[in-house]
Amino acid sequence: MARPLAVCLAGHVDHGKSSLLGRLLHELDLLPEGKVARIEAASARRGVPLEWSFALDALQLERDQAVTLDTTRVHVRTPRRELIIIDCPGHRELVRNLVTGAAGTTAALLVVDAQSGAEAQTRAHAALLRLLGIHNFVVAVNKMDALQWSESEFTARRDEIAGALGLLGVVVHAIVPTSARDGGNLVNAPPAPWWQGPSLVNALESLPAEIAMVNDGPLRLPVQDVYRTGTRRVVAGRLAQGTLRAGDEVLVLPSGERAHIAELAGWPQPPDAVEAGVNAALTFVEPVIVARGDLLCAPDAPARLTPVFDADVFWLGRDPLAPGQRFELRVGTQAVPVRVAAVIHALDVDRLAPASAHDIATNGLGRVTLRCDVPIALDDAAECKETGRFVLADAGVIVGGGLIDASRYPDQRHALWPKSRNLVAVDHHISASERRTRGGHMGAIVWLTGLSGSGKSTLAMALERALFDRGWGAYTIDGDNVRRGLNADLGFSPEDRQENIRRVGEVAALFADAGLVCITAFISPFDDDRARARAAAGRRPFFEIYVKSELATCEARDPKGLYGKARRGEIKGFTGIDSPYEEPTAPDLVVDTQNHGEAACIAQLVDFVAERCRA
Amino acid sequence: MPDQLQHLEQHSIHLIRESYARLKPLAMLWSLGKDSNTMLWLTRKAFQGRVPFPVILLDTGNEFAEVYAFRDRYVREWDLDYINAPCPPVEATDPALPPNARAAARKTLGLAQLIAQRGFAGVLLGIRRDEQAIRAKERAMSPRDTQGAWHVRDQPTELWGHYTSAAPVGGHVRVHPLLEWTELDIWRYVEREAIPVCELYFARNGRRYRSLGEADITFPVTSNATTLAEIISELETTRDEERAGRAMDHEREDAFERLRAAGYM
Repeated sequence: MARPLAVCLAGHVDHGKSSLLGRLLHELDLLPEGKVARIEAASARRGVPLEWSFALDALQLERDQAVTLDTTRVHVRTPRRELIIIDCPGHRELVRNLVTGAAGTTAALLVVDAQSGAEAQTRAHAALLRLLGIHNFVVAVNKMDALQWSESEFTARRDEIAGALGLLGVVVHAIVPTSARDGGNLVNAPPAPWWQGPSLVNALESLPAEIAMVNDGPLRLPVQDVYRTGTRRVVAGRLAQGTLRAGDEVLVLPSGERAHIAELAGWPQPPDAVEAGVNAALTFVEPVIVARGDLLCAPDAPARLTPVFDADVFWLGRDPLAPGQRFELRVGTQAVPVRVAAVIHALDVDRLAPASAHDIATNGLGRVTLRCDVPIALDDAAECKETGRFVLADAGVIVGGGLIDASRYPDQRHALWPKSRNLVAVDHHISASERRTRGGHMGAIVWLTGLSGSGKSTLAMALERALFDRGWGAYTIDGDNVRRGLNADLGFSPEDRQENIRRVGEVAALFADAGLVCITAFISPFDDDRARARAAAGRRPFFEIYVKSELATCEARDPKGLYGKARRGEIKGFTGIDSPYEEPTAPDLVVDTQNHGEAACIAQLVDFVAERCRA
Repeated sequence: MPDQLQHLEQHSIHLIRESYARLKPLAMLWSLGKDSNTMLWLTRKAFQGRVPFPVILLDTGNEFAEVYAFRDRYVREWDLDYINAPCPPVEATDPALPPNARAAARKTLGLAQLIAQRGFAGVLLGIRRDEQAIRAKERAMSPRDTQGAWHVRDQPTELWGHYTSAAPVGGHVRVHPLLEWTELDIWRYVEREAIPVCELYFARNGRRYRSLGEADITFPVTSNATTLAEIISELETTRDEERAGRAMDHEREDAFERLRAAGYM
C-alpha cells in the first residue's frame, strides 16, 4: 500500500482555506452520511450562508468565529491518489499551530484570495514552509466567483504569486483559479472557458511523492534510551540515516569510542538489518557505556562535533530572539544548554530577502549563530535531515527551531581526542620556581587576539623589546613566521586554522615552561580555540589580551592588503569579512587601539605584563 | 520504507519509547478495543515483547461481558501489570452535560482519581484523529493540568519528533501513539500482525460493533462482515461515521468537545 501524500493547507487568515477543503470533500463525495445536513443546520443556527468550513472547524469557537484555531488532518481519496490534507490556521497569532501541522510534510497547497492577493502573511507563511522542508507548492487563487472569473485578474495574481515564490526557490507545480463557494475548478471545470489548466484536484494528484528516508547515507543513530535487563544493556534508537547489521562497527559521539554491534533485538522476530526510519534495539560486543543523547555514526563518515554553528531559524517566542538569550537545544536526542551568540540577519518578508537586524521578531525568520557550552554531534542540514535540524525549548516548551549550517566552524573531533593513548608524562628536575628565581620573572603566555590590522604584531614586538630591555626572557610567536616552518603543512580551511592555533598554544606552553614570557600574535577568532590554548597552558600564567579595534578601522589600516583581497573575493573565509570573530567574553586585558595611540597602548600592555609576571 | 503501515508503526514505536524515556512513571489506558490492543502490540514491539509499565482499564462496570472475558484472557497470556480502576458513579459527574455524556464522563473522573493516587507523569491513550473531529486537533504529547483539562486553544508546538513533555506541577502528559492512524489502517494492521481483538467486532445476525464503549450507550451497526478481510472491504466503501453508534457524541453540537475539554479521552 503506497503512502498517502501529506499536503499542508496554508495561507492568510480568511482567504478561505477551510471552506475550500470542506467544499472539495463535498465535490469528491467524501463527506460522511448526514454531514451536509449538519453543516446546513450549524450555518442556519448562526444565520450565515452555507459555510463549508464547518465540515472541518470542529471546535465550537471555530464555528462561532468562522476561523480555524488549530490544525486538523483530513484524508482525501481522489480518483487517482490518497492525500492527507493538513488544515492549518492562517492567523498570525497561531503560527505555532501552523508549524505543528506543516512540519513533516513536503508539499503545500497555498490558498490566496483573488481579491487581495499574496499579502505579507502569505509570503511569510511560504518562507516558513520552505524552512520546514516544504519545497513543492500548488497555489489556489480562491474566491474567483467574487471577480466573475475574470481572466485578467487571475493572470495578474498568478504573476505576482509566481514572482514571490520564485524568490524563495521553491517549486510551483501549478497556480489554479478556484471558488470554494460555487465549487468552481475544484474537481469540475469552472464557469470560465478561458481556463485550460488543471483542476485543483488534478494539480494535487500530480504532486511528487515524499522522498523516503536515506538508507544509503552514512549511519546516524541518535540513542533514545538504554534498557537494562540483568547485565544486558539494550540500546534503543531510531535510525536517522543508513543501514545497520550485526557485526557493524560504529563510532560513538561525543566520546569517540568505537564498538561493534553484537545483535539486533526485536519482537516477535529480531531483524537481520535495520533501515533508516526504523526503531532499532541493539547490544554491543565491547563494554562501552552509551546513554540517551549519544549519536552512533559510521566511523568513516561521522557527524561533526562542534559547540558553535550557524542556523536558519523560525522563532515563535513571545519576545524577540536576541543575542545572549539562553535555551535548551534539542538535536536528535541530545538536549543541551545553548546561547544565542549573534543574530546574522532577519528575513524581510516584503522583499523575501535578508535584512540586517539586532533581533528576530515573534513569528519571524532569520539566521543566527548558536553556541553551546560543550561540543555536540550534528550535521549540516544538507547532509542529514534528522541530525541537521533542531528545536529550541524554553522551560520545556518549544519556541523555535531551525536548520544547521556548521560549515564555517571547525570539526573538533581531532582536537578533542589524542591519537595515542599510551602516553606517560615525565617530570623535569628543575622546578618552575627555580626558573623564576634565576630569570627574575615568571614564565607566562601573553595571548593577543583581535582582528587583522588591530595592531597585535606591533604590540607584540614592542612588548618583547621592552621586556628584553629589562633583562627578561621574552619571545614573540607571530602568525606568518610560524606558517613558514612549524605549520608549513597547514592551509586556511577551518580545520587547518584550528590546528594552527592548537600547535601555537602547545608551543607557547613549552616556552613558558622554559621560563620565558611567550607572546603570541594571532587573530584566533574562536572562543574554543582560545580556551584550548588556555587549557594547554595548564597552571602556567595565561593572559588573554583583546586588541580591540573596529572592523572599519582595521580595514582602513589594512597593513598587509588582505582586506582588499577578501573584498575582491580573492581570499575566502577572511575573519571579519566572511568568517566571524568572536569577541572574548572575559579577557584579562582590553587594549583599545581604536581610541588610543600606539605609545599609550604599548605602555598599557607593558605595565600589565611587568606587574603580573614579576618574580 | 514506502509502506504506510510500516511508516505508522515506526512513528508509534518511536513515540512510545520517547514517552517511556521522558515520562516517569508511565502507564497505558487499555480500553480493550481494537485501537488499544494495537497500541499494546506496538508497545511489545518497542520493548522486545514485554510491556514495561502498567495497563489500566477505567472500569464503569458496564463493559460488555465479552470485553471482560477478553481482558481476563490476555492479562494472563501477555503477563500484563493490570490495574482495574473503578469509575465514580454518574451522580459525581457534571450535571450540565447531557445524560449519555455524563455516563461517559465517569471515565474522566476515574482517570483523574487514578492519576492522583498513583502519580503517573504520562498516560498512553489509543485515540485517533479520524474517529472524531475534536480528537483530530490533538497533539502527540498533550500536557494536562491537575484536573486533566485540555486547553485546546493553547496547545504546544511539536515538530520533527520533538515534543513538549513538560506538564504543569501536579499535571500529567497524555501521549497519543495512534493519532495518525485511520480506522482502516488499524484493521489492516490487525490483519497483517494477527493481533487478537474482541469477538463483538465481527457480525452476528447481521449486526456488529464498529466501536466499543459502555454496553448501555453503544449500539451495533448493520453489517455482514464476519472476517477481518470483510471488515476491511466494508470500511473501504462505507460513508457512515465510525462513532455513529456512540450515543454520547450526538446529543448536542458541542457535546464531545465539552467532554474532552474536561479531560475525557
